[in-house]
Amino acid sequence: MQYNHDAQGYWKATLGLITKVLVIWFLCSFGAGILFADALNGISLGGYPLGFWFAHQGSIYVFVALIFWYAKKMGDIDREFDVHED
Amino acid sequence: MDLQTTIYLVVGATFALYIGIAIWARAGSTSEYYAAGGSVPPVMNGMATAADWMSAASFISMAGLIANMGYGGGLFLMGWTGGYVLLACLLAPYLRKFGKFTVPQFIGDRFYSQTASTVAVVCLLVASITYIIGQMTGVGVAFSRFLGVSSDTGIYVGMAIVFSYAVFGGMKGITYTQVAQYIVLIIAYIIPAVFISLALTGNAIPQLGLGASMSGTDISMLQRLDQVVTDLGFGKYTTTTAGSTLNMFVYTFSLMIGTAGLPHVIMRFFTVPNVAAARSSAGWALVFIALLYTTAPAVGAMAKLNLHGTVNSAVGIESTSTGMKVNAEAIKANADLYAPEASLAYEARPDWMKRWEKTGLLKFEDKNGDGRIQYYNDKTKNEAAKAKAEAAGWKGNELTVNADIIVLANPEIALLPNWVIALVAAGGLAAALSTAAGLLMAISAAISHDLIKGVFVPNISEKGELMAGKIAMALAIVVAGWLGLNPPGFAAGTVALAFGIAASSLFPAIMMGIFSKKMNKEGAIAGMLSGLFVTLFYVFAHKGIFFIKGTEYLDLIGGANSFFGITPEAIGGIGALVNFAVAFAVDKMTKEPPEHIQHMVEAVRIPRGSKAVDGAH
Repeated sequence: MQYNHDAQGYWKATLGLITKVLVIWFLCSFGAGILFADALNGISLGGYPLGFWFAHQGSIYVFVALIFWYAKKMGDIDREFDVHED
Repeated sequence: MDLQTTIYLVVGATFALYIGIAIWARAGSTSEYYAAGGSVPPVMNGMATAADWMSAASFISMAGLIANMGYGGGLFLMGWTGGYVLLACLLAPYLRKFGKFTVPQFIGDRFYSQTASTVAVVCLLVASITYIIGQMTGVGVAFSRFLGVSSDTGIYVGMAIVFSYAVFGGMKGITYTQVAQYIVLIIAYIIPAVFISLALTGNAIPQLGLGASMSGTDISMLQRLDQVVTDLGFGKYTTTTAGSTLNMFVYTFSLMIGTAGLPHVIMRFFTVPNVAAARSSAGWALVFIALLYTTAPAVGAMAKLNLHGTVNSAVGIESTSTGMKVNAEAIKANADLYAPEASLAYEARPDWMKRWEKTGLLKFEDKNGDGRIQYYNDKTKNEAAKAKAEAAGWKGNELTVNADIIVLANPEIALLPNWVIALVAAGGLAAALSTAAGLLMAISAAISHDLIKGVFVPNISEKGELMAGKIAMALAIVVAGWLGLNPPGFAAGTVALAFGIAASSLFPAIMMGIFSKKMNKEGAIAGMLSGLFVTLFYVFAHKGIFFIKGTEYLDLIGGANSFFGITPEAIGGIGALVNFAVAFAVDKMTKEPPEHIQHMVEAVRIPRGSKAVDGAH
């Protein structure tokens, strides 16, 4: 077992990344898709009112990108703290 | 070849494929039975998760729901996809590192308490069983509509098929059939959408077509839809919400954490080889889900416009013998929807309407006796629309359309070839069967692994446990089939309950188990029970105690939706917050978890050392 290099540093870095992910997750869905949807509907994206687009399309695209970005960044953190799998 | 024969051929071929896969992927060990040996590559696991997740409701009902709700329907789209972000970064990798078969096992081990594990088993069983009723009815409906057999026969055939691959194949058989089922269902969903998007906007990609202009005009699809529906007295499509903004917010939140907490979804992440694969697998799952979920709003909006166009020529969409065609002149002129000759004469209605009338899902009642179909909102608060309807001599809405028709009749409305209609039938069945199998797996694992091995017969042999799992699965199929044949009157309300329970009890418990090292068993158990209590209390107040009619107690909570206007479907999110709050309060007042549990949490947080999943307690 070699958990104790810098378990605290690793966990801090992980929580930092998760916080970033959740902030973006919140802003695109609850923010742009719901709370600010009315305001954003004044802007058009092609034929889409922007707030409507976030609720029906945009959030989902952001979610997909977000997970892959998280998976990649998490892999980097694993390697940085030498806790990655072989 | 006639339609019926084509449907039998296509559906028969897909069934043969599923059974073939089942024979190839028989499970020989408990590890293969519960977790497919922990060897499914992330992309494939993503596909299987997508099929597992997308139920008959996603495939058949969601687009219709969105068509009815407009913008507000976005809460399903965001809610049922956003949960995967939470799964990917809060739950899946850590549960995979923990390396056991089931959710109750994690909760029981982490909170060093059989009580905690038992509470989790009960939550899991209630959530999964309520969910499965909908799937079995979905199988019956799809069979009866497309294969011309009775809905009951449909359920028996469905039970036999699921039995053949779930009981013998376990998680391994289920996983590989789900991959095949995903491919069938996604093709079936997208092909009609592409044809319809092309016809209306000239853009073959439905996701872009929804934001494009109507063919031959510079008026966008959504703009035209808004124009038509508001003129007919309905709410504006791109802004209407069902309740308050707060309710939409809480509802979305509940669906997200409910999705992340549903055991049959979480279980899928025990089947990947390691922690890194669990993370990316959640991403792949969402890619495959997003393919359908970003197409659904296009299908919903376009079908709504098509439907209005079919019964009202002033909308500017004509059904011709070769399919739907945009009438650019009518759109540019914003022709009068209330003109007498604009409404479709009942005798001239297209064949697909005649076919669906027979099912009772589409009904016409000539209230003003003019022989034409007037389809509008007769309860509107829009004075202009009311005045126009009155002036035109309309005596009330004459057409009722069940939301489920939207997807099922789509290929017929667009006059697509028979093989496309057959494919939609096979797709609906694939969606229902794959979800049913995933749920059955979660139920059987909870019974054989968490109850029989965990509580009653701890030293059962692996072979004995495998046998117990298969028997539990067979019994679960019989119970699910029985519930499908005799659906309790409350079936529709219970799916919301499944999400509410997962959101208010399971999700917070798992999350605190990973992210709060000091959380102890007292806190976790008190949290789960109080989250569950709040949710059930509010739901039962609206729908009756255990959904028994007449036992509603709305007065006690001060009327319907009395908690800040939040609907009972959305209450799971509040239950989750209560769960967290109670858990932390109780945790502060009771003693820390033992040293070895805290070490276990530290170990779960670090990827290195992930092993193949195993069931040892």
